Amino acid sequence: MDFLRNAIVEIGLWIEGLLINAGLAEPAADVIMTVVGAFVVGFTPLMIVVFLIWMYRKVSARIGGRMGPNSSGTWAGPWGLVQPIADVIKMFTKEDIRPQGIDVIPYNLAPIIIVVAAVMIWAVMPFGPGAEMVGADLNIGIFYVLAFSSAALIAFLMAGWSSNNKYAVVGAFRAVAQLLGYEIPQLLSILIVVMVVSSFVGPQGNPLSLQSIVEAQEGMIFLVVLPLPALVFWLASLAEINARPFELLEAESELVAGVQIEYSAMKWGMFYVGEFMGSVAVSALFATIFLGGWRGPWVDTAPVLGTVWFLLKILFMLNVWTFFQMTLPRLRIDQMLAFNWKFLVPLSLFAICVIGVVNKLIPEGATSWLRSGILLATNVVILLLAWAVLAIGKRRRELRAPAGAGVEVGA
Amino acid sequence: MTQLVLFVIFGAITLAAAIAVVTARNLFHAVLWLLLAFFGVAGLYVLLEAPFFAAAQLFIYMGAIGVLIIYALMLTRGVMRQQVPLVNDQWALVAVLAVALLAVLSWLFLQHTWPTVDQAVGPDSLRTLGEALVDPGRYGFPFEVASVLLVMALIGAVTIVRER
Amino acid sequence: MLEQFTFVGFLFLVALFLGLFMFGVPWLLRLRPRKSSSYKSDPYECGLRPHGEAWVQFKAQYYIFALVFLVFDVEAVFLFPWALAYHHLAFYAVLEGVIFILLLTAALIYVWRKGALEWM
Repeated sequence: MDFLRNAIVEIGLWIEGLLINAGLAEPAADVIMTVVGAFVVGFTPLMIVVFLIWMYRKVSARIGGRMGPNSSGTWAGPWGLVQPIADVIKMFTKEDIRPQGIDVIPYNLAPIIIVVAAVMIWAVMPFGPGAEMVGADLNIGIFYVLAFSSAALIAFLMAGWSSNNKYAVVGAFRAVAQLLGYEIPQLLSILIVVMVVSSFVGPQGNPLSLQSIVEAQEGMIFLVVLPLPALVFWLASLAEINARPFELLEAESELVAGVQIEYSAMKWGMFYVGEFMGSVAVSALFATIFLGGWRGPWVDTAPVLGTVWFLLKILFMLNVWTFFQMTLPRLRIDQMLAFNWKFLVPLSLFAICVIGVVNKLIPEGATSWLRSGILLATNVVILLLAWAVLAIGKRRRELRAPAGAGVEVGA
Repeated sequence: MTQLVLFVIFGAITLAAAIAVVTARNLFHAVLWLLLAFFGVAGLYVLLEAPFFAAAQLFIYMGAIGVLIIYALMLTRGVMRQQVPLVNDQWALVAVLAVALLAVLSWLFLQHTWPTVDQAVGPDSLRTLGEALVDPGRYGFPFEVASVLLVMALIGAVTIVRER
Repeated sequence: MLEQFTFVGFLFLVALFLGLFMFGVPWLLRLRPRKSSSYKSDPYECGLRPHGEAWVQFKAQYYIFALVFLVFDVEAVFLFPWALAYHHLAFYAVLEGVIFILLLTAALIYVWRKGALEWM
């Protein structure tokens, strides 16, 4: 029984013990264990993606009143569970069309960069309690994630610019306008979290590390304490991974497929995988930062449950993402830019100032419940203020434009 | 030993990419090489146990400056098709200046005795930086001036781009 | 510190392996014949033969957004150490950070009032 309680760490220790028994020196065994860990961490998002392909098809089909992959017709296993395997085989065996006039090296490098950047993010993700369950608990933690997520932008630019296609170039331009812009509210909402974590974990602990962000949520998950940064982070992250309603890079109906237009077979598949990996990474980040990561009942007695809770939270957020994908229409580019620069950025700048000051004014000896309560109240006040400002702005616009003048273009 | 090997690898990547930047005939390729050079520098920062600067290097130089350069390129017509000449008629003068600059820098580098601290980098180095940034006795004033500088950069950019 | 980056290094190799694997296997297998024709390898333009250059010139408006982004990006890098040390800072030190942010907010408002954030 004791073995099962902390199964993942125990298996690791067992393998290392085997290696040392086989006559390996301990440093060498450590290195081998690091490599094994890197493989496990690197393949985890891929496994989730394979599952996600099935779940996404199933859930989106249900939202559309369809069946999704199932075992009728061509056999795809019970509930169509084997469907992703068929998809993968199809991707691997399709003909790879090489368009004319492409810039060969950047064109082929772009999908590889997308996959690499999407995998690298997972190095700092805490899969469970304790230092063993994080690949590398870097002291820059979340900043590392942000640094690598900007690499995807470079890949989009390379793909768009080297494809020798007008749609791809337009897609690349939009990539810059969208992915760059929405990085700002994402950053600012994370800064708010870092500040709050700093006062929750006290002088010890490093508030940038994702593990201590999870530890700081001991009393209450941050979704409840900081609903405003959670909202801003989620919306900005949706834009970062090019999900609806911010799906302007792909925009089938106007840009055909944006930067991916000239890619076929597995190269297109890599963009697809990269997009899904991005949504898994964003879900995992949201689960870690705002939903308490591996926290859940009985984790104290059986740490392995932490991993289960973490994966369940990721799946929950992925379903939220699917729901957004399936129900929301796409924004126009001017709406997308205005929503970022005229709403999210000022709102998060305002929030970071107010929450920073309010949180500092709470005496250091306050219980975490009191602190959480005050922070929640502050968040609600800011949200109400934002709503009031929006309502006043809307009223003003209505007064200015005579009634029945038709839809205002470019609003 | 491993560190030395890694240093040589990252140094070689940086240098080779930097040389490729100036010799690439296609401007877009030059920018991509520049990004690789930035990546190599980030690796060097990691070896110096300054991971924050490594991440900032990726974050600002690759994620922002590099993109900005590609962007400026996209606004220019016909950079992809034209094979731009690599030198103009002032190349001899520039070569002399470059060699002179290299000589001066190397001389400075060899003259100066570089203070070394026989100490590992503490785990709290980043927090110390944060405290120093807002400490009025240390970098509090430069910190605020940096903000003013950023504001000025923004105002200048808007003025230039919208002047038409 | 560097031990932790050993893991990052290995993960980078694993990630590179994954990327190259996905890229390389179809390339090595070549299960489908490559039949190329001038129509097939044309850049896709909704069925018509492509017309003119792909690399068209764009308007400078996008550039402003990128510049505004750059300023805020640099700001964020300054603010990360500040937010990290937040618990150890005195109240006035937090206010210094807030002033830093407010100055940039003023810049954003300036750009906004100038109409540079308007999409045309």
